Amino acid sequence: MIKELLVILIASSLVNNVVLSQFLGLCPFLGVSKKTETATGMGVAVIFVITLASAVAGAIYQFILQPFDIAYLQTIVFILVIAALVQFVEMFLKKFIPGLYQSLGVYLPLITTNCAVLGVALTNVQKNYGIVTGIVNGFATAVGFTISIVILAGIREKLKYNDIPESFQGMPIVLVTAGLMAIAFCGFSGLL
Amino acid sequence: MNSAKERLVNGIVKENPTFVLMLGMCPTLAVTTSAINGLGMGLTTMVVLALSNVFISLLRNIIPDKVRIPAFIVIIASFVTMVELLLQGFIPFLYDALGIYIPLIVVNCIILGRAEAYAYKNPVIPSLFDGIGMGLGFSVALTCIGAVRELLGAGEIFGIHVMPESFVPVSIFIMAPGAFFVLALLTAIQNKVKIAGERKGKDMSKIQSGCNSDCMNCGDTGCARRLIDERKEKAGEGEKKND
Repeated sequence: MIKELLVILIASSLVNNVVLSQFLGLCPFLGVSKKTETATGMGVAVIFVITLASAVAGAIYQFILQPFDIAYLQTIVFILVIAALVQFVEMFLKKFIPGLYQSLGVYLPLITTNCAVLGVALTNVQKNYGIVTGIVNGFATAVGFTISIVILAGIREKLKYNDIPESFQGMPIVLVTAGLMAIAFCGFSGLL
Repeated sequence: MNSAKERLVNGIVKENPTFVLMLGMCPTLAVTTSAINGLGMGLTTMVVLALSNVFISLLRNIIPDKVRIPAFIVIIASFVTMVELLLQGFIPFLYDALGIYIPLIVVNCIILGRAEAYAYKNPVIPSLFDGIGMGLGFSVALTCIGAVRELLGAGEIFGIHVMPESFVPVSIFIMAPGAFFVLALLTAIQNKVKIAGERKGKDMSKIQSGCNSDCMNCGDTGCARRLIDERKEKAGEGEKKND
């Protein structure tokens, strides 16, 4: 059991990196990676929300959708649950843990539209993961996201000082960087 | 009829969602490993886009302004589920090839963006053609990117071998990094066109390279940076009011 979870942890965070090999969550990956600081904030918020969302979505699938034989409604249910959950987490943090809200607050609403959250919930169902396995998979995926966005932000901070051809300035050079990172992450596939 | 034609041309050329507006990048990169996958994804998105545009346009006087986004999402998610079940039943090979990216059409910002920017404000017929036009534009773009990647990565187009025997496939192009490189080149070409156009004094503000341009005029309502900017603006206003 533990060995299986460890394999999932490594596979989802490094080998099948959510951004660099599955292209989920590209919007925040490209949009919020200008500074390492904001990238870290976004990463932590994503870890928080994805772990929570995979727990809730897994429970709903196992205890409501499956017993009532309405599993085909999963897409609609998951997207609504995730949107409501993010809203709820935001209100909860604002009221009870204002310190954490100060640092994560801005990123929370962005995560509703992040396809990685819905992607993880759907993958968990597709691969028949139970609730615990699903949570581990969600956490690992989010950690993979954080690793890649923080690395990209670090590189982008250095990129500013380079002499880049006019038409490659801005987004193109960031995409080239992401491509090179994707090649580097391909190296992890030998890990398992 | 003129407005219908205008909408189609607008979607395919003037405001092409991929090449001009740079929306919906996740599926663009993920499923374009071959031309046929790109075309399949494009057409699937087009069906969802056209249906949801029609429906949202029909309901535009009933949906309250404050809850419009959740309402849009429920409508879009319903159509996505229908299309997913249809694909599973009738075109299983496409269903297998696109996999998880079919349900993820729900979070494709093109669809929510068109609902918000067009269908919610316009009558049914133009909204239908807007959806078809945008969907066709998306399909054309995905097919082109898929064809390039398939040609370089496997030496084939639509599964037919076209490259000479001596050509060694550059298999990185059908792997994940290749998607980033193709998109990088694409945005670079787009930048080039934009810069050249601006030098001639043309208005090029419509062309967007990802998140580099002016956030407030961007078509992507779900874009991360835009939301952060809007929040900061709101927070700033709040602080001022408190003073």
